[in-house]
Amino acid sequence: MIEFLWSIFDISLVLLILVLAWAACSTHDMMRAVTLFMALGLILAIIWARLKAPDLALAEAVIGAGISGALLLSAIKDYPKTTMSEERSSHVEWIINLMTLALMTIMAWAVWHGLNMSDGIRLSDQVMSQVPESGVSNPVTAVLLNFRAYDTLLELAVVLTAVLTVLNLNHKRADVAAASPLLRGMTRWLVPLLVVTAGYLLWVGAHAPGGAFQAGAILAAAMILLQLSNPSSLQLFKPMLWRSLLVMGILVFVLVGLWMMFVNEDFLAFNPTWAGSLILVIEFAATLSIATALTLAYLGGRPTGWESANPAHSATKHNGKPS
Amino acid sequence: MISQQLLYSLAGIGLFGIGLRATLLHQMLLARLLALNVCGAGVFLIFIAVAYGGLEQLVDPVPHALVLTGIVVAVSATAMALALGRRLQELNDE
Repeated sequence: MIEFLWSIFDISLVLLILVLAWAACSTHDMMRAVTLFMALGLILAIIWARLKAPDLALAEAVIGAGISGALLLSAIKDYPKTTMSEERSSHVEWIINLMTLALMTIMAWAVWHGLNMSDGIRLSDQVMSQVPESGVSNPVTAVLLNFRAYDTLLELAVVLTAVLTVLNLNHKRADVAAASPLLRGMTRWLVPLLVVTAGYLLWVGAHAPGGAFQAGAILAAAMILLQLSNPSSLQLFKPMLWRSLLVMGILVFVLVGLWMMFVNEDFLAFNPTWAGSLILVIEFAATLSIATALTLAYLGGRPTGWESANPAHSATKHNGKPS
Repeated sequence: MISQQLLYSLAGIGLFGIGLRATLLHQMLLARLLALNVCGAGVFLIFIAVAYGGLEQLVDPVPHALVLTGIVVAVSATAMALALGRRLQELNDE
């Protein structure tokens, strides 16, 4: 009986995401598409929880549904409503459909083949046997910040590069007009709660679902909420503070890596006795950097007050603006 | 167990296909970006479905770490593409 209920649950989740994805991808009304996309993100978060990936469920709910949604929603008005004058010819559409189907068939075959291959070395066994040596007991954190620390370092570099591009294009959207008192009142309650939640997730990531990415995303959500309810509140951050927070994660990561190189003769090779504290230090810096990066990515350019540091540049910028 | 892995993998392949098709067919940049995100979500779903080993079994943490990295990179890439798109719009308007 319980098996039967699980299968009904699974099948409804799968049908739900497929229908949501189809609806989000086939509508020409972007407002509707983005809303459906956010709903898709939330259902995906439930699926991650169902597939025993709670770390991902947290990240997806905040990033996939929340911050991606906010990014796309705020972009709608910057893009023209419809440029649907030139439709693809049915000929091209037919070829695209056929190629996509062929690709999906190959993927289905590969997945089927992979699932039926029982022999061979599984990475999970190696990871599980090494987790006690890693300094943390959450295997996902152990993989992210110890076994595959290079990946995470480079990921921070990718995020930094993306944000530098956004900052250099510097097409900051106009500040929203004064928010409703309701939003201001809610922000006053919500922001401290989000900051505490972020701190909790950062700390708990060592032995339970959580970690730097989830905590950073929640902090970013708090900053975006602050910006939406009162645009001047982020002016408390001076340009130098923004810049330092942005590079802090990668800087601390590299410094710890180099220090380990002197102690253990290998870049990012953590000593089992210190690993726990080192990982926490790196995660703390990474959380602040990710939060800053996601906030700046949402703002789409330099925050208000940043330009005053370089008047010559802001002057040319204003002359160059089309509208 | 294998049936759930297969069910969710197929759902992931479905998402991938829907996203890819829409990415190629749409003319609007924003719609394309959204479809590309759906496509990426499909890939993530395949990873996690394959890592799932049943209710009692331990899951494989390596794909989880990879997908967590992927989610963060995907949102940064989306933000960057939106900024580039806005600049493109600006140049077209001039």
